[in-house]
Amino acid sequence: MSMRKISFGKAINEALHQEMERDDSVFIIGEDVAKMGGDFGVTRGIWQKWPDRAKDTALSESAIIGLASGAAVCGLRPVAELMFADFIGVAFDQLVNNAAKLRYMFNGEVSCPMVVRAPTGSGIRTAYHHSQSVEPWFMNVPGLVIVAPSTPYEAKGLLIASIRNEDPVIFLEHKSFYSIKGDVPEESYEVELFKAEVKREGRDVTIVATMSMVALAEKAAEKLAEEGISVEIIDPRTLFPLDKDTINRSVAKTGRLVIAQEGPKVMGFGAEIAAMVVEDVFEYLKAPVKRVTTMDVPIPFSPVLEDYVVPTDVDITEACKAVVEF
Amino acid sequence: MDKKRLQSIYETMLTIRYFEDKALSLFEENQLRGSVHLCTGQEAVAATVCSHLRDEDYITSTHRGHGHCIAKGAEPDKAMAELMGKAAGYCQGRGGSMHIADVTKGNLGANAIVGAGLPIAAGAALSAKLRKTDQVAVAFFGDGASNEGVFHEALNLASVWKLPIIFVCENNQFGISTHVSKSTSVQDIAVRAKAYDIPGEVVDGNDVFSIDEAIKRAIKRAKAGEGPSLIECKTYRWYGHWIGDPQVYRTKEDVESWKKKCPIKRLETYFLENKIMTQQELTVMHNKAVEVIDAAADFAISSSDPDPAFVLDNVYCE
Ligand SMILES: Cc1ncc(C[n+]2csc(CCOP(=O)(O)OP(=O)(O)O)c2C)c(N)n1
Repeated sequence: MSMRKISFGKAINEALHQEMERDDSVFIIGEDVAKMGGDFGVTRGIWQKWPDRAKDTALSESAIIGLASGAAVCGLRPVAELMFADFIGVAFDQLVNNAAKLRYMFNGEVSCPMVVRAPTGSGIRTAYHHSQSVEPWFMNVPGLVIVAPSTPYEAKGLLIASIRNEDPVIFLEHKSFYSIKGDVPEESYEVELFKAEVKREGRDVTIVATMSMVALAEKAAEKLAEEGISVEIIDPRTLFPLDKDTINRSVAKTGRLVIAQEGPKVMGFGAEIAAMVVEDVFEYLKAPVKRVTTMDVPIPFSPVLEDYVVPTDVDITEACKAVVEF
Repeated sequence: MDKKRLQSIYETMLTIRYFEDKALSLFEENQLRGSVHLCTGQEAVAATVCSHLRDEDYITSTHRGHGHCIAKGAEPDKAMAELMGKAAGYCQGRGGSMHIADVTKGNLGANAIVGAGLPIAAGAALSAKLRKTDQVAVAFFGDGASNEGVFHEALNLASVWKLPIIFVCENNQFGISTHVSKSTSVQDIAVRAKAYDIPGEVVDGNDVFSIDEAIKRAIKRAKAGEGPSLIECKTYRWYGHWIGDPQVYRTKEDVESWKKKCPIKRLETYFLENKIMTQQELTVMHNKAVEVIDAAADFAISSSDPDPAFVLDNVYCE
């Protein structure tokens, strides 16, 4: 495959172009996604090539999701964009009460192959309504798939796999990633859904990290290596349904677990991982599980406050030390 | 309209204009972060509508909310400090540009979820009705917001319950890049009032006098217990959707033609033609507004950052 370095945003853009090209049933829908090419520029160039298959909507998030799911059960493959993941709040019913359940409600006679792309997470000083980590809002809704890439390579491959997947996918794009570059093949390819990746192998402690926390975990791991602590990092990539085996196997090996996530601690992604590990591999645990998370607070605007409430690599390093020294 | 009210509206418009100019330059100097939406060109709406409101009346505002906030009586110092995320800001720097709230002055907040303010304002109006006060509520919102479900839900219930509320739509013709004609089923959003059996009227949003007439009628109706009104103010935003918007969706000529319809210039022309104020007096007022805003910026710049130790305060009642 021919590799080049492109940004996370460009990788997603390329995935969209290639899937639009490959499959006529794929179309994009959302606010300012067509002519303007999206608020973050991710859908650029699509409307110019396929004007009928790029739909600028009104400000109507419920309708965006409802239209997407209606079209999906009738044979199309919509890729909807919600400008910010927080706005899923406005479309919650269509996603949770409807899209997620349509296959079940229709006796499996239809699929609902839709993707909802949504920029998520904190870090760009946009406060309460543009900075939340929404994944736990959906993690107890059977029928939904939640995908969360952490590199440009994964972004492209996971989006292609998500578009081809038969069930509704919420595709979370951490908004601090858009301009970050990495190796991405030019050709179309899939990164397997429902499969975690071991980002780094180690012996002493497992860090399960999502999105922005993966790079911080890697930084922490480097630091800890200098101190003789060997860290294994796992990025689940599909947050729900979860690749339990990869995580359980790692924890069985290291005996220690730290989970690093953005978003409040209470009932966050890490809560599910901790519960799972305690249920499945309790006998291997040498120390209590630790969670490194955003504080339980709305994300404030002021840079000093935002930086304070969101976890850092130092928080991850300290949590790892604490479980190793337990 | 009496001279004093006109002058006060004028002063408010100038304060808003210079506030926005300053926010822009602070942003360009990298002193201000985040997502900042300027209301330059739309000042007449906030200034005129709020000139009829008392502190105890309510408003809800939007992501483009600096003007509403100032018109409802906010001090530019504390507003600018909020934009800069400083402890002295209206929300202690937690909210920033998109979330300034000033509850003591009846400003129930700018809101970064488009449309979210409408039912909240209706709730404020419901409270006035149940508490048997003569307060009114005003919901400011954009043309784009009128396509959200909450717009329709709020208008319907406000009508059914005859709530003392005025829905003020600032139709600046765009929701980000999307022209209203590409997203909205009606040419005049005011027409949507018909569906809820309330008065709907279109006014020139750059003309203080037209807005004034409409808001007076609507407030009278609200206070008489006859229910809500919808006022659509046709206007235009001079700058991009947010600071940094490349504005590929409109032409320079379009922007320039609207700058010629500047609401402030228009009122000045009226003042001069009718010999209400002299050019010299106008200049004095400009200079005063510039001074106020310069002082606000100095205040904001020299204020301290919020102390993270208090970041968890007010998540819940203590
Ligand atoms: C529910 C929701 N959807 C989308 C957005 C993103 N967004 C912010 S402002 C805006 C356009 C709003 O248009 P309008 O209501 O006309 O107000 P204007 O910006 O023109 O003042 C959009 C799409 C948002 N903040 N909230």
